[in-house]
Amino acid sequence: MAGEPILQTHTLGKLFRARLNPTRQRWAVRNLSLEVRRGDVFGFLGPNGAGKSTTIRMLLSLIDPTEGDVFLFGHSLRRERQKALRSIGGIVEKPDFYLYLSAHKNLEIVGALNGGSTSKRIFEVLELVGLEQRAFDKVKTYSHGMKQRLGIAQALLSHPELVILDEPTNGLDPQGMKEVRDLILHLAHDQKKTIFLSSHLLGEVEMVANRMAIINNGELASQGEVTKLLDEGEKYVVIKGRPVAKLRSLLSRQKLVKKTVEKNDAFHVTMGFADIPALNKILVRGGISVEALIPRRSLEDFFLSITEQQSKR
Amino acid sequence: MGRLIYYELIKTFLKKRTYIGFAIVLLIVPLIEIAMKLEGGRFLQLSMRSLQQDFFFVGNLFNGWLVSYNMMNSLWVHIPLLISFVAGDMLAGEATAGTYRLILIRPVSRSKILLSKYVSTLLYTLIFILFLAALSVGLALPLLGRGDLIVLTRGILVIPESDVAWRFVLAYLLAAWMMLTIASLAFFFSSFVENAIGPIVGTMGVIIIFTVIMVIPVELFEIIRPYLFTHYTNIWQLVFHDPVPWLEVVKSASVLGAYSLGLVLAAWLVFLKKDILS
Repeated sequence: MAGEPILQTHTLGKLFRARLNPTRQRWAVRNLSLEVRRGDVFGFLGPNGAGKSTTIRMLLSLIDPTEGDVFLFGHSLRRERQKALRSIGGIVEKPDFYLYLSAHKNLEIVGALNGGSTSKRIFEVLELVGLEQRAFDKVKTYSHGMKQRLGIAQALLSHPELVILDEPTNGLDPQGMKEVRDLILHLAHDQKKTIFLSSHLLGEVEMVANRMAIINNGELASQGEVTKLLDEGEKYVVIKGRPVAKLRSLLSRQKLVKKTVEKNDAFHVTMGFADIPALNKILVRGGISVEALIPRRSLEDFFLSITEQQSKR
Repeated sequence: MGRLIYYELIKTFLKKRTYIGFAIVLLIVPLIEIAMKLEGGRFLQLSMRSLQQDFFFVGNLFNGWLVSYNMMNSLWVHIPLLISFVAGDMLAGEATAGTYRLILIRPVSRSKILLSKYVSTLLYTLIFILFLAALSVGLALPLLGRGDLIVLTRGILVIPESDVAWRFVLAYLLAAWMMLTIASLAFFFSSFVENAIGPIVGTMGVIIIFTVIMVIPVELFEIIRPYLFTHYTNIWQLVFHDPVPWLEVVKSASVLGAYSLGLVLAAWLVFLKKDILS
């Protein structure tokens, strides 16, 4: 059923204690409640060290939560681990393999742990990520990008309904990043997979996700539909024009403009996007040579504002 | 479960480090046996000079059986190191390579994964000891000939050749059983560290400490000695006594088995609760 929650975390938390001095402790994740619905491309955002990887390790049972629980397809990860993990594939941080074995043999091993995979299926997933020609080469001969793609192949091997990808474009060149992004969209739209995508590359999430959560300092900062979350933020327009002094003067007198911040040779003008054509007309009539007029409401701004707010607390 | 064990064996036996032990044995055993062939007769004469004043020895006492027996005596110091090299890597190697993240997110219980790795360790140990046995005896007999086996432990025992082969088979099986305890110790250390050096150092450290306790004549140490597995590591030598002290063999094997079981259970408890941070 489309839209039903298939991944939920209830007040999930992880406390790390120093081995030799248990009084030294730190909550890596705390009170985290997430909900991912079937069909979502769910962006999981946070700056480095926010607790994204710890969360993903808890989702995939690599780390035992200190508090709370994870529910996958309605099964508690604490009580029904095997059932909960049956329909899930994932990459946690950088994909590592048995370097002295071939990609095919690595996938055979992964398949055996999933209950068995045929060679045909192994070649299907290798073909999907463009590695079928290198199937029997040792993984140690692979480039970083190829390993990353092999990571996605192993995540897809057992026909999972939910694919958890932790920073899948990390370390890739722009072309490699685009290929992975396209693959994610293909999986979501053509193969109807639900994707849980962790990233600190905000533009990447903005391009592929329909829902998202932002985590900072181990705590949930925000969660919801990407479009709604974006609407909640302040919109602004980047304006460039000449002469600068006249532009500054004109903007300061406009009623359409709520706030103006000068940054380098541009003005960040807070205003309604619907008023952009009217402002443009005023500027041109006022003798301004308008070089750029760009409406901005990117996820990055939202992300930065949220994380900055959290850091100040 | 069979499939998991199969792939653990694939991982173990396609790894280069697995063959380091085999390569060393392949080098050292022929080296010793050839040296024995060239110099060994003189060595035997020297070691038995005092005995020859009271006894009259006939037949070929310097033979393949004697050299194999002496080699078993000398190699047991080094074999634990070679065993721990692989056994210590079983779990820690996954942490080092980052492949815990590949295998522990699957719908298979950690207990099954641990068991498949332990069975793989057991099979490696057995294969390694059998390889040592086959090479040692298989090379020594054609090279140095056959004959009765003279054993100098608590006295002189000459075992007729017809009575020797089964003792060697049993000695090597008991040696493999003893080595499994060493492998279990390395496996245990392997369960809670992130690299394979730790288990090797840990295992050898424990063996050295226990051995020191075994040899220092202190009353307190005498009390604890029966509880140390090193007290039973000479189990294989028991089958070269006449008659074989079966009760002692069974007792030693039981203690070593209990140690192995205890260590693998401890590894299991650590592994079940282990947070994978590598």
